[in-house]
Amino acid sequence: MTSLAITVVGHDRPGIIAQAAEVLSDCGMNLEDSSMTLLRGHFAMTLICAGEADADQIEAALQTLENGSLDVTVREVAEEPHLPALGSTYLVTVHGADRLGIVARLAAVVAEAGGNITDLTTRLSGTLYVLLAEVDIPQSTNVEALQARLADVSAELGVDCTMRLLENDEL
Amino acid sequence: MSLTLPTLPEGRVLDVVRAPSHVLSVPGSLVDPADPSIAQLAADLVATMRVSPGCVGLAAPQVGISAQAFCVDVSGHPKTRTSHGLIVLVNAEVLDTSRNEKGREGCMSVPDLTGDVKRATKITVAGQLPLSGERVLISTDAFEARAMLHEIDHCNGMLFLDRVTSAHAVHPRKVYLEAGENPGQ
Repeated sequence: MTSLAITVVGHDRPGIIAQAAEVLSDCGMNLEDSSMTLLRGHFAMTLICAGEADADQIEAALQTLENGSLDVTVREVAEEPHLPALGSTYLVTVHGADRLGIVARLAAVVAEAGGNITDLTTRLSGTLYVLLAEVDIPQSTNVEALQARLADVSAELGVDCTMRLLENDEL
Repeated sequence: MSLTLPTLPEGRVLDVVRAPSHVLSVPGSLVDPADPSIAQLAADLVATMRVSPGCVGLAAPQVGISAQAFCVDVSGHPKTRTSHGLIVLVNAEVLDTSRNEKGREGCMSVPDLTGDVKRATKITVAGQLPLSGERVLISTDAFEARAMLHEIDHCNGMLFLDRVTSAHAVHPRKVYLEAGENPGQ
């Protein structure tokens, strides 16, 4: 059993997911976790699948789609152990005028505090830049100090930033 | 505000069914509240909820029985405003809802995922008490409302996964450990 990490990027049109999923299914590869979305109009698929096929076989099969116009990468990856997070999850939201370095600066602040970004989405709409990030913060991190640091760096960048606790309702 | 519940038999702790399981996806049958097996089911739901850490509600399909019965107890939860203490209802239906709010829900039957679900924060529910069959109306809010709506969904064969707010609204569950606790346990 091998696990493959696959990315597919290309011109969006109806049916790409169906075709790519059919290729994987025909090769006996089980599509596990995936994220498929449009990024500035480009279709972008990132996924992990598992089965007996090798990376070269899958890459060749996916490259037959859309007359070879899709950018495809397939790499074999090792199983990652699932480690439980220690601490709490926060949602960081940022919006403001677009400029270079917003993600780099703010992600660096999070990393310096020991925070682990587990999900991040950015959208550029005209001149408005929006960033949403879910961050696991360890119990040992001083959350107020991190919030203050994010506020300082956001002010330097001229963007608004909030960081709030994401709570689960256990039912 | 507590409900006056009939005295139920001794409850047994049952195994909780996890998705994918057919029983979680079919509407439960209406039940006869006077049927002794339903009183036993109600007691079993309460007993199973009580031994499950963090559990504030359980519905019959979650113990493998496709029936309209559930229990809820949000007493002492920090998000609770109105609380009726232990609630055990059969054949419940939602009469009125208002003021939707989004929350991220976890469920014992879907243990590794959470999902963002919009639910009413003010509700009125009608149902019957086990054994006596007395019809009761419960108006509540906040966390008790969310818990009751979640359990009534179970009774109707629905999971929170059927109600998530977007294609990006299901998340891997984070397991938070106390400091010093061994992640392997």
